Amino acid sequence: MAPGFRESPVTAEFSSRKPMNQPTHPASAAPTRLPPVATLDIKFFWDACDREELVAERCGECHKFRFPPRPMCPHCHSLKREHVKLSGRGKVYSWIRPQHPMPVGFAQPPVVALIELDEGFRLVSNLEGVAFEDVRPGMAVEVGFAPTMKNRKVPVFRPVQGA
Amino acid sequence: MARTFREAAIAGIGHTEFSKKSGRSELTLAAECSKAALDDAGIHPSEVDGMITFTLDGSDEIHLARCLGVKDLAYTTRIPGGGAAAVATVYQAMALVNAGLCETVLIWRAMNERSQYRFGQPHTLESAFQPGNGTGSLLWCMPFGAQTPATWESLAAQRYMQTYGVTNEDFGRVSVVQRKHAATNPHAWFYGKPITLEEHQQSKWIVEPVLRLLDCCQESDGGVALVVTSLERARDLKQKPVKITGACQSIPYNVEVISNYYHADLATMPEAEGTAKRLYRQTGLGPNDIQAAMLYDAFTPQVLKQLEAFGFCKRGEAKDFVRDGHIEVGGRLPVNTNGGLIGEAYIHGMNNIVEAVRQVRGTAVNQVKRAHNVLVSSGMAGAILSHA
Repeated sequence: MAPGFRESPVTAEFSSRKPMNQPTHPASAAPTRLPPVATLDIKFFWDACDREELVAERCGECHKFRFPPRPMCPHCHSLKREHVKLSGRGKVYSWIRPQHPMPVGFAQPPVVALIELDEGFRLVSNLEGVAFEDVRPGMAVEVGFAPTMKNRKVPVFRPVQGA
Repeated sequence: MARTFREAAIAGIGHTEFSKKSGRSELTLAAECSKAALDDAGIHPSEVDGMITFTLDGSDEIHLARCLGVKDLAYTTRIPGGGAAAVATVYQAMALVNAGLCETVLIWRAMNERSQYRFGQPHTLESAFQPGNGTGSLLWCMPFGAQTPATWESLAAQRYMQTYGVTNEDFGRVSVVQRKHAATNPHAWFYGKPITLEEHQQSKWIVEPVLRLLDCCQESDGGVALVVTSLERARDLKQKPVKITGACQSIPYNVEVISNYYHADLATMPEAEGTAKRLYRQTGLGPNDIQAAMLYDAFTPQVLKQLEAFGFCKRGEAKDFVRDGHIEVGGRLPVNTNGGLIGEAYIHGMNNIVEAVRQVRGTAVNQVKRAHNVLVSSGMAGAILSHA
């Protein structure tokens, strides 16, 4: 299990009507990270993450990437979409560490970052395997996958070894 | 009613007390502040014919209209975008009056945002991200621990810090000035409670390396209302009319509220730059014509970015503008003279509009001399309010 994951279940699920509070159950191995919410137009992205693949949406006519995904190409207005596997590499664009309140699903403050993917768009994610103090702008990173509640996975990033 | 162009004015302002526990329903707050604004204008509540609020407001139009005894409502609308909606309410009210569609437009925002729910705590309800609130991309943040407005704001603000060498101490100077303004405002929660930069630097981190506790607005209970009518009619009402010289909105491509990570350069604020450009073109005015500004200040970095976007200084230079004392009363451009959302209360930006009206009327507690044109901005929308 990657560092920073809380190893205890939470008492409520993301879709609960009640706001979630910090987990109160005793420690176990179940992931506590919130699962993604996969609406119809972005289900492909999270399904691919479950297979440990980072994919994105391109226009099926003019082949330009778009993020967040959407049903229509803003350039040529085609409804044809294609979902392609990405390199999984990118650079750190900005990064922060939320200290208070502790984010739901985390035992320690995570490093939250905007990653500029090599394919030319940004993704919110976490940086792992690097101390907050050692993060640098433009640092080369590559994707890995972290488990969430409901047995799903989300992309997280680590420094490229030897970069 | 003749459908000819008519200038619009703010004729009435009203608010409840600003607290952490109102002890009554949001609808009660909405009714109280609405009645206060109508009384301020000298308009009977039954005459309201337009009603505007935020998509996020917890009170129903019809319930509020029933409280007020509104006899024939011609128009209702709600504006998306969280706090970015604040000045867009004035924009839409102006347009309705300009077009001759409404005579008396009531704008309200009432919330128990401390005692009933808290914007500052993690937003983990799916219902918070429904279409119409302008915040759809928050879903891409939640699994990664970016779950609060402070966190969402900081991901972009950290890029601003990197690009222009801005420090948290630079943000702290904004907070110190606003708390100084709040300290002399009896309506402010932090009345009589100024802070020093040292106290700011000792306050706990909310989000490293961007926001400390004293960089964040309050969570507040309270209600604020405005009454907009024609300038011609406003001249015959109780208060000195405050003309809406111009108002507009700007949402450039790839810009959204708060999870605003997809436009070209996150060290800039394209929505505020777009608003400034459109507002200055609409009014023929520029930064040098404005004597005070009320800038949406959920978090201190937003004040710096708006100062730059509206052309009061160049990109990256707002930290120096603040350090040189220009945003204090007596400075080149006094900002948030009520203490803002940080010092007075967080009623989703609406209390800053009330302060702009008071400045133009000449009745503010921290009155700016010769405040002829006052800018009010909520990032995605702006207005210039003027002496009529």
